[in-house]
Amino acid sequence: MSARDDMRTPLGRALGLGSAKEGVAHWWAQRVTAVALVPLALWFVAAIIAHLGARREMVWQWFSSPVPAILMLLFLAAAFHHLALGLQVVIEDYVEPPFARICTIVLMKFVAYAFAVAGAFAVLRMAFGG
Amino acid sequence: MTPANRPLSPHLQIYKPQLTSVLSITHRLTGVVLSIGSLFLVWWLVAAASSGHAYAAAQSFWGSWIGILLLVGWTFSLFFHLANGIRHLVWDAGYGFALREAYLSGLAVLAASAALTIIAWVAGLLAWTPR
Repeated sequence: MSARDDMRTPLGRALGLGSAKEGVAHWWAQRVTAVALVPLALWFVAAIIAHLGARREMVWQWFSSPVPAILMLLFLAAAFHHLALGLQVVIEDYVEPPFARICTIVLMKFVAYAFAVAGAFAVLRMAFGG
Repeated sequence: MTPANRPLSPHLQIYKPQLTSVLSITHRLTGVVLSIGSLFLVWWLVAAASSGHAYAAAQSFWGSWIGILLLVGWTFSLFFHLANGIRHLVWDAGYGFALREAYLSGLAVLAASAALTIIAWVAGLLAWTPR
């Protein structure tokens, strides 16, 4: 065991939360959603290009197929999770004092997940045709 | 609580902008820009699911000059954030930290995001038939 490891208490080492006291959960979720978004974002751009100027019936028809509907739902889930994590860090960096910071983060998360669910609901409505 | 009377590090505008630092802040900036863009995506999806009237309003917005300007900005932001995000994932894996590598990958990110934006819009303009 090196001297550096000895600086942590056995409990601190077991918990593994580090100086930010939240561990690697946020960091890891940011990376997992980032990796998921690489193919999903490329699909999204190509799919939007293919539907530029589409009439409303064509959008409904597009999402009536399972694969586009599922990919759009996955894209919404990954994108909104990723952006909520990212905006949280931006708010943590720039918003003072701590009370305003926490309120801004909570508000941002409410808005992000409300939009994510609204988008998913819209896709499902078109997918199931009603 | 009295503020500590000690030297502080110089603020951001003291430093000369470098490719690495400019790309770093651009990554954050494009992330915020894309977050706003995703709200517009949901607006479009909800409009399409809601009514012909709402969808027509959304489509006329996207066809306007401000709509197209926003779409071009979001296209570049998406490709930049995607390319630079992959650069970050490579760093996370422990590679590419040498100064020369960091600059080369930065230039590659700029070239890739510009090229992909142009490719997407050429494809988009070819596919964009009023229907």
